[in-house]
Amino acid sequence: MTPSTRRLLLMAPFAAAAAGGVAFYAALDRQRRGVYNPRGVPSALIGQHAPDFTLPALEESGVEGFGAADLRSGAGPLLVNFWASWCVPCIIEHPQLMRLSRDGVPVFGIAYKDKPADSLQFIRRHGNPFRRLAKDEPGRVAIDWGLYGVPETYLLDRQGIIRWRYAGPITDEVLAQDLRPLLQRYA
Amino acid sequence: MRKFLLAFALLLPFAAEAIIAPRVAYATTNPADMLRDPAQEERARALGREIRCMVCQNQSIEDSEVALARDLRLIVRERIVAGDSDAQVRDFLHARYGDFVLLRPPFTWSTAALWLTPVVALMFGAGLILLSRRRAAQPAPPAPLTEEEKRRLAALDAETRDGNRA
Repeated sequence: MTPSTRRLLLMAPFAAAAAGGVAFYAALDRQRRGVYNPRGVPSALIGQHAPDFTLPALEESGVEGFGAADLRSGAGPLLVNFWASWCVPCIIEHPQLMRLSRDGVPVFGIAYKDKPADSLQFIRRHGNPFRRLAKDEPGRVAIDWGLYGVPETYLLDRQGIIRWRYAGPITDEVLAQDLRPLLQRYA
Repeated sequence: MRKFLLAFALLLPFAAEAIIAPRVAYATTNPADMLRDPAQEERARALGREIRCMVCQNQSIEDSEVALARDLRLIVRERIVAGDSDAQVRDFLHARYGDFVLLRPPFTWSTAALWLTPVVALMFGAGLILLSRRRAAQPAPPAPLTEEEKRRLAALDAETRDGNRA
């Protein structure tokens, strides 16, 4: 082994550690900017129709419940948002849902494993962005959607095919960088 | 002695698993959720140990206390009572949650790296060991002369040549 290859071999672990550090920093930075979610799991339902279901309305909310048939609007993309009054990130996300609803995007809500009285109180306090609002108290329909936490938001195209799923709160960044362009693409 | 230590180090994880695994596997199922038929309950547990809890992500649904894990445990039991085979139960969950829900994911292009990395790493290590052994068997070639040595050698050469001539 010549001295230069020996020096190179000695440097190799440091170079590997440095490369790892750069990659790690990049991942943390993307996480901080909300671009990358290490716990995010791709939905198994992308490219498929929504699972078959019918859910009752949240009484006194003033809007109807809905089922799979109602998700084939034919008019444009719509959002299905799973939320709960006990879910803290749902409060962070709520202003963005309100804005989408003001912009005329149909947002269909499903209250997941929530007491109807609590769901009602939540929308009375924070406003109701939902064109339709159903309740899934047992959480079984949510499992058919492959839901693993709240909030979760699904984007369906005009044929009712699921095109996008976001697990976590729709923040300003997610709205601007992901959701708005998708809404435009499927309009 | 060295061989013995190496074998011990290699077998340690298996031994540890044999000691620890049975204790944690039965930790969470609520007795009220258990199936009456012990054979069916055993099938449900075996299946549940292969299903990932999507919330905690590093535990099986049998090991997790999370509400969603309990819902999935109940679904596994419902499907078993309804007469589903193990494969049908797995397919039911796979259709909803994708490859990630299976703690033993199927071998596909996207999981190839996951399955093959240990094999590749093992072969790389074996290669390194073989290479170093072969090198140890051959005597190392002497190190090339340094500039200083070359100069001294040349000087000695010149000296002897001069001496012979004299």
